[in-house]
Amino acid sequence: MWGRIHALIIKELLAILRDPRGRLVIIVPPILQLFVFSYAATLEVTNVDIAVLNRDSGKWGQELIQRIEGAPSFRRIQRTDEQKKVHELIDRQEVIAAVQIGPDFSRALEAGRAGEVQVILDGRRSNASQIVAGYLNQIIARLAADLATPRQLSAAVTIVPRNWFNPNLTYIWFTVPSLVAIIALLIGLIVTALSVARERELGTFDQLMVSPLRTHEILIGKLTPPMLIGLFHITIYVLTAVFFFEIPLRGSLVLLYGSALFYLASVVGIGLFISSLSMTQQQAILGAFVFMVPAVLLSGFATPIENMPDWLQPVTYVNPLRYFLVVVKGVFLKDIPLSEVLHNTIPLALIALFTLSAAAWLFRSRLE
Amino acid sequence: MKSDGSHRVFSFSRLREKGKCRKKITDGGRMSASLRRLSALVRKETYQILRDPSSILIAFVLPLILLFLFGYGVSLDATRTRLGVAVEEMTPLTQDLAASFQASRYFEVKMGRDRRDFEEALVVGEVRGIVVIPQTFTSDFTTHSHPQIQVIVDGTDPNTASFVQNYVQGVVATWMRQRASETQAEPPGINVEQRFWFNPELTSRNFLVPGSIAIVMTLIGTLLTALVVAREWERGTMEAMMATPVTAAELLAGKILPYFILAITSMTLCVLVAVFLFGVPFRGSLLALYAISAAFLLPALGQGLLISAATRNQFLASQLALLSAFLPAFLLSGFLFEIGSMPTIIQWISAIVPARYLIPSLQTVFLAGDIWPLLLRNIAIMLLAGVVFLGLAARSTRKRLA
Amino acid sequence: MSEDFVRIEGVSKAFGSGAPALDQISAAIKGGEITGLVGPDGAGKTTLIRLMTGLLLPDAGTLTVLGFDTRREAARIQAAIGYMPQRFGLYEDLSVQENLDLYADLRGLPQVERAQVFDELLSFTDLKRFTQRLAGKLSGGMKQKLGLACALLKKPRLLLLDEPGVGVDPISRRELWKMVKDLTSEGIGVVWSTAYLDEAEACTSVLLLNQGKLLFTGPPAELTRRVDGRVFKVTGIEGRRRPLLASLLDRPGVLDGVIQGEAIRIVTEPGARQDVLREGEGTKVNPAPPRFEDAFVDLLGGGPGGRSKLAEATQTQADADTHVIEARGLTKRFGDFTAAQDITFDIKRGEIFGLLGPNGAGKSTTFKMLCGLLKPTAGEGRVAGFDLRRDTAEARNRLGYMAQKFSLYGDLSVAQNLDFFAGVYGLKGQHRRDKIKLVTDIFDFARYANQSAKDLPLGHKQRLALACAVMHEPEALFLDEPTSGVDPITRREFWTHINGLVEKGVTILVTTHFMDEAEYCDRISLIFRGKSIALGSPDELKARVASADNPDPTMEDAFIALVEGSEKEAA
Repeated sequence: MWGRIHALIIKELLAILRDPRGRLVIIVPPILQLFVFSYAATLEVTNVDIAVLNRDSGKWGQELIQRIEGAPSFRRIQRTDEQKKVHELIDRQEVIAAVQIGPDFSRALEAGRAGEVQVILDGRRSNASQIVAGYLNQIIARLAADLATPRQLSAAVTIVPRNWFNPNLTYIWFTVPSLVAIIALLIGLIVTALSVARERELGTFDQLMVSPLRTHEILIGKLTPPMLIGLFHITIYVLTAVFFFEIPLRGSLVLLYGSALFYLASVVGIGLFISSLSMTQQQAILGAFVFMVPAVLLSGFATPIENMPDWLQPVTYVNPLRYFLVVVKGVFLKDIPLSEVLHNTIPLALIALFTLSAAAWLFRSRLE
Repeated sequence: MKSDGSHRVFSFSRLREKGKCRKKITDGGRMSASLRRLSALVRKETYQILRDPSSILIAFVLPLILLFLFGYGVSLDATRTRLGVAVEEMTPLTQDLAASFQASRYFEVKMGRDRRDFEEALVVGEVRGIVVIPQTFTSDFTTHSHPQIQVIVDGTDPNTASFVQNYVQGVVATWMRQRASETQAEPPGINVEQRFWFNPELTSRNFLVPGSIAIVMTLIGTLLTALVVAREWERGTMEAMMATPVTAAELLAGKILPYFILAITSMTLCVLVAVFLFGVPFRGSLLALYAISAAFLLPALGQGLLISAATRNQFLASQLALLSAFLPAFLLSGFLFEIGSMPTIIQWISAIVPARYLIPSLQTVFLAGDIWPLLLRNIAIMLLAGVVFLGLAARSTRKRLA
Repeated sequence: MSEDFVRIEGVSKAFGSGAPALDQISAAIKGGEITGLVGPDGAGKTTLIRLMTGLLLPDAGTLTVLGFDTRREAARIQAAIGYMPQRFGLYEDLSVQENLDLYADLRGLPQVERAQVFDELLSFTDLKRFTQRLAGKLSGGMKQKLGLACALLKKPRLLLLDEPGVGVDPISRRELWKMVKDLTSEGIGVVWSTAYLDEAEACTSVLLLNQGKLLFTGPPAELTRRVDGRVFKVTGIEGRRRPLLASLLDRPGVLDGVIQGEAIRIVTEPGARQDVLREGEGTKVNPAPPRFEDAFVDLLGGGPGGRSKLAEATQTQADADTHVIEARGLTKRFGDFTAAQDITFDIKRGEIFGLLGPNGAGKSTTFKMLCGLLKPTAGEGRVAGFDLRRDTAEARNRLGYMAQKFSLYGDLSVAQNLDFFAGVYGLKGQHRRDKIKLVTDIFDFARYANQSAKDLPLGHKQRLALACAVMHEPEALFLDEPTSGVDPITRREFWTHINGLVEKGVTILVTTHFMDEAEYCDRISLIFRGKSIALGSPDELKARVASADNPDPTMEDAFIALVEGSEKEAA
């Protein structure tokens, strides 16, 4: 039995890797994606333009503008005197925010009263403008702090932030481990979804079915190569993450790989399931997309799962990405304990079991 | 099947007589012949779209799934972030502060007496942050000797982490202002009045929905088009088409028109669902909406045709479409991440992603209205890209097999 | 009528760096007749037809079609020709009527004429009842007729048909031929490309291509003349005819030989004496009318010898009288449609059994049930005594399967294909290495070992497919159109191996549309409308339909007469 499975595994691997174009597609895009998207997926905002409308004639208005100009995140500060112009600049997205300093600003501050500043932000780009609002608030707060009396200062409650696991909240520490899981999903799903559909279109599937291979042997033969490719990708990513992006690897690699095996098995199970449902390659590819897009959205990558409505959260239970994201980030940054890894790996094993049995059943029922 | 050996004789004789009378073909005649061929190609493509469940899936089912997810489920507004609050000394003051955390609509608070109660929960992700109100807080606060609060956040998700920090700061500031107004003390500093135009509540569906429409149009315009053309090459029907009097321009137009209409239909459906079901505001005009969508579809379709002409293979076409259209529409378009903040080389790459010009235009038409200077600039760039992509596609789709 | 429709002058075309697909071809094609474009797969037939459509341009030389140069005036050519590519160029997800409408629009058939033209074409092709059916759901023969109808919508002056006979049963092929013949009487020029040499024989003139070179041009009879007086039929053979063929082929002076039912057909070398064929008392040797194929083999320098090294290296399987393949009341229903009904037969060890029948009649359903690709609704199939439903793996270990078109993994190299099949059939260790070495030597694969299977010439693909199917020494070998499109030399080599294996006790089940392959069978079951309508040896079936008009019918005559007879009975 192992001889037969071995032969099938070698064949599947060769079918993907022997064609130079196939090799290229398996190796280059995933690495390109890792680099481009690691750098692209950033929540820092730099190089944005800001408009300033200063109605204040005193020195504190000037001081505030200078501090804004000195901030590294902003590229250009457009000064203007007209409310109309502010509207226009924001409407056309020439600036992301406008700071309006009230006419009474310096006088109020010097009199020990609160000065008035209005910040207008472009709500169309609400992500970026929220971040810009944060930057502006910091600058303004620092100016206020410099003005405050010692008595006021000592009365104010300071908040001491401590960022565990990622002291500087470096975004790339979050993106790169997450991309490991996501890209393994994208590639694994398409490679497996096509594997049966393509053999069916070419007619070689009949050849497999008349050979002494049993259904479960075909299944093992079909799922091992994409898993090996997936492990290869994961290894490359882990190496790149540690040595190129210098992300700390605090947990155990054994746990990571142990869990990755079940993750890949569940991804491949879903791919084979889609594949055995499809009549053509086109259906297999589009079917994989229709699974992939919601799977990424419902994984907790972009938004935490607990923020989703109660009725939606159960849907995420069948999403392998949801569990593996916890494991991969956890092992990298938190050194999560074995129990937590198990807690997230058992559902993966169940998903794999279910999808693979369903795929096997579909193989067989196609012979009816 | 005939059994007696005789068979039908097919005669063209009648038609041949007619053919002789119609020797002269006018320019008008040539025009209408071309139109007839084109409409035949479009009709054929329409039947194929309607009969393949996978094209319906990608054009109507996936968009609806996306809209529902963005409309009901996935939102970037964290509203129920789990937070542990460790109050190390129970006094009326600390209880009052803790109560204002519990009152915040952004947090789901668990109370504790010691930060160690939450440390493990933070590791396994049961809470996203811990607020520690230390033993000395009450005395420091009353004696004005620099009272401090500690916030510990889970840095593995920097997004949520800074969110927690900001909102903790907000809760504390509000609490202090309340205390100050109760004690009649003058609040120090500068009052900042923040206003988010176009989307004052920062409802994330309001900008996610326009973005997802752009992704749907990318999938139809580029991925689906690339697949169906590659399929015609694989199945040999392209060859049969080319051996008829059809011109290369008609073949291209015969692919562009149906998928253009499919994408516009799908977009219209999305807009209707977004506006009437999810209450996303629509402040611009339909004219602007269709103008930017149409302008976007030219480069998107051109890219799809170019990919299929270059690969003639469904597997490679799908990989290329994934890499060059779908992922960039998500990540390099300004949909989720600011382009200006990316490294310069990635900014250059993003300049040729058509979705990059569509997404701000759609967000503007939905949330701000017809701001023509912005829309026209984006339309012009997309049309230019369309001319380039379609030109390249036309060049590689001459009527030759090799 | 003698005006040249196509003039080919010194045309060459190469793809990539390999040998040219067409090398210095010069010929002319006339209107009002059927010109056969004849040659095995890879000869350059498709390339030449594509050059005529203007979809490819020659590297050297010129092509003039209907007076237009293909380089400069491709559009005018495309307006005046009808072209049916391989696989017929139909949209499978459009109905018959929608396909016709599409091509009518593309070819600019005026609206006023449509009703009449559609009506004529649909009755001409007998597709009237199926206008609403999707093209993908039509049988091979019906697809072919629809493809022809689409090419004929606007009367072409020149009709180009690329292998219209592939995968199509003899009845449909004969009907198509008659239709096309009628067209020529109106002055239309027809180019019919084919790998079937019996089709070539019926053409007015042929262009015979082999490996990109033009070997012959002119009326087929002219070529056939070169083997006049050298073709013999050996009948009244005592004992088994396969070893006799093998021995005859190895005698000096014998150029070529094939099995034809109970008889053997022999071509001798020029000047060889007839008595080299003498054999035993009852055996008679009579001159036979030469055929185009005899001449073609002669032109290529004769067929291979009669020895099969493959068979010699195979172990003899004992107990010759057992039934290796058994079909007991095999029935398959899809919904309320019965694809195969109560099919029963036994195949003895060392027998070649053929399944014949028109497209969609249930022949492939039966074949698939017997090799385990379909589960029967009722009845059972056994291979080497094992039930295909219960002891699947045991049964499958004892069968080899070769579908000529689909057997191999094209992306894998020759050596990798051999390795894969050896592994899948459980060959291990030294035994596995020995077997692979053996077939590599026999078929001379060493030169190609690292080439992708899909890039091999068809003849080598076919050898590789055979090698992969027999390495595990199966008791039963299932062949699905094993030699269609293959050149006659390779085909003979293939059957030499099969004949040798059969003598060692291997049992063969073959399904085919190719009457030459049918002649190799010991017995044939003719399947029509899901039932077996005739079972017997090729000679018995031929004898059944012999009449005063046709005292010596061919296998194809027998096939058509039996099917039509059964249809009449049912009516």
